[in-house]
Amino acid sequence: MVAIPAAIAAPPELKAVIKGLSFFYGDHQALKDIHLGLPDNAITALIGPSGCGKSTLLRCFNRMHDLYPGNRYVGEIVLRPGNLNIISPRVDPMEMRLRVGMVFQKPNPFPKSIFENVAFGLRLKGINNRHVVAERVESALRSAALWDEVKNRLKQSAYALSGGQQQRLCIARALAPEPEMLLFDEPTSALDPAATAHIEDLIYQLKDRLTIVIVTHNMQQAARVSDETVFLYHGEVIEADKTSTIFENPSKELTSEYLTGRFG
Amino acid sequence: MIDTRRLIAKRKRQDLVFNVLGIICTLIGIVTLVALLLDLAASGLGRIDWQFLSSFPSRKAVNAGVLSAWVGSLLLMLVTITLAVPLGVAAGVYLEEYSRKNWLTTVIEINIANLAGVPSIIYGLMALGLLVYQFHLGQTLLVGGITLAFLVLPIVIVATREALRAIPTGIREAAYALGATRWQVIKDHLLPYSAGGIATGTIIAMSRAIGETAPLVTIGALTFIAFLPDAPVQSQFPFVNFKWLNSPFTVLPIQMFNWVDRPNNPENDFHRNAAAAGLVLILMTLSLNAVAIVIRYRLRKKIKW
Repeated sequence: MVAIPAAIAAPPELKAVIKGLSFFYGDHQALKDIHLGLPDNAITALIGPSGCGKSTLLRCFNRMHDLYPGNRYVGEIVLRPGNLNIISPRVDPMEMRLRVGMVFQKPNPFPKSIFENVAFGLRLKGINNRHVVAERVESALRSAALWDEVKNRLKQSAYALSGGQQQRLCIARALAPEPEMLLFDEPTSALDPAATAHIEDLIYQLKDRLTIVIVTHNMQQAARVSDETVFLYHGEVIEADKTSTIFENPSKELTSEYLTGRFG
Repeated sequence: MIDTRRLIAKRKRQDLVFNVLGIICTLIGIVTLVALLLDLAASGLGRIDWQFLSSFPSRKAVNAGVLSAWVGSLLLMLVTITLAVPLGVAAGVYLEEYSRKNWLTTVIEINIANLAGVPSIIYGLMALGLLVYQFHLGQTLLVGGITLAFLVLPIVIVATREALRAIPTGIREAAYALGATRWQVIKDHLLPYSAGGIATGTIIAMSRAIGETAPLVTIGALTFIAFLPDAPVQSQFPFVNFKWLNSPFTVLPIQMFNWVDRPNNPENDFHRNAAAAGLVLILMTLSLNAVAIVIRYRLRKKIKW
């Protein structure tokens, strides 16, 4: 037995590993044989031109595709700890969605009070004790940097908030059940620059607590917030590496063409 | 330059013509309706008093009243709504949220759309054959209620589906993304958010049902009822009873038709009674609608769009 040096024995901690993932909308193959590792407590950005499959890939992580008929997954997405293949038909999507939260492109709060919006995910986890719910709602709103703005009007409609506040409320709603992984699907594309900066700061702070995957159309956003960047094109991973490497020294011609705006 | 001006003037004329045409078309409907109502009120309003509302039918027009008819209408609505709303909402939710799109659901959907267009007397015939002759349920409030519930079921189903479809996809996805089951999404989100639309459908269904005569005549609702069904509430435990469901009944439109059908006779003026019964019917419809609108308002206030 040769002793393996510790640095080699322990590869960088991965939160999720994608092995041979393909995805089909009916007959149309939207993702082709994707292999990828997502580092733990880091932000991975998915970039690429419209229709490249980046949102499709993101929505595989919480089985959103299950909501619509005719969708099919092939391969594995292994979530750690527990090595759970989250796209396996044997895995209950309700159960794995408690571990993987999502924030959508357009702010989509429920037409309920601010408090109830955040509390809903807790109630789904069976947390019904009033004090515990109130505590967790407050801490989620604090984590989403929204508490000070809404603490005096928790009973008001979520729709009374501005677009940026609504999106932070959606982040608080996703954070409240304490997921291990959070998916962002172009979270700032419907927001103005100030609100965008606010959300980006927030995402950056959140990586200490969980693993983040963010789809973005905005190259600067990917460069600003992410640790790792994955460039997709026509449903395939063209290049995946450290964000600095992708932006400063991409190894593929296609990547540098996309980043310099020659197509996309 | 001149050409352009002429062209614009021409288009403005067309606009004006259509505007006037639209106003005329709108007025034809409204004026006719108002005229009918006024006519009804002119001949019937004087007849409505406490005696008219609290008396049973009689061979003498002055002694006759609509007590059994309005109580019958009210109880019939109660049965109809109690059956049609849960059934229709459940069917609508199933079709919109659970069913897979295949040929069977397509057939069901086409049939529901068609059922809304089936003449009401056909429902009466079905109820007569099935409920009265086959199941021997009798010509009772229950049978009348079931018949009308079938009749308005498509309205409730369609309204439920429309209301569910109006909920943005994003909200549905947000709830699922938090790990909610389908039932939790329906119970905590879709039903509360669509309650207003469902209430509107229920109002339309109720307005349709309360005016129905043909299917009730077909199943054999009586025209001369000189008693009331047992009261649904009682002073002893369990405080409610369902004996009234097995009671024969009449309703306002039938009573009205019965009176209109009699020869016009100034000494025994049943036509005046018919007009008065018509007014009572309209009043009842409006007040039931008012109740439903209040309920809808309350439901909508809870939803904070």
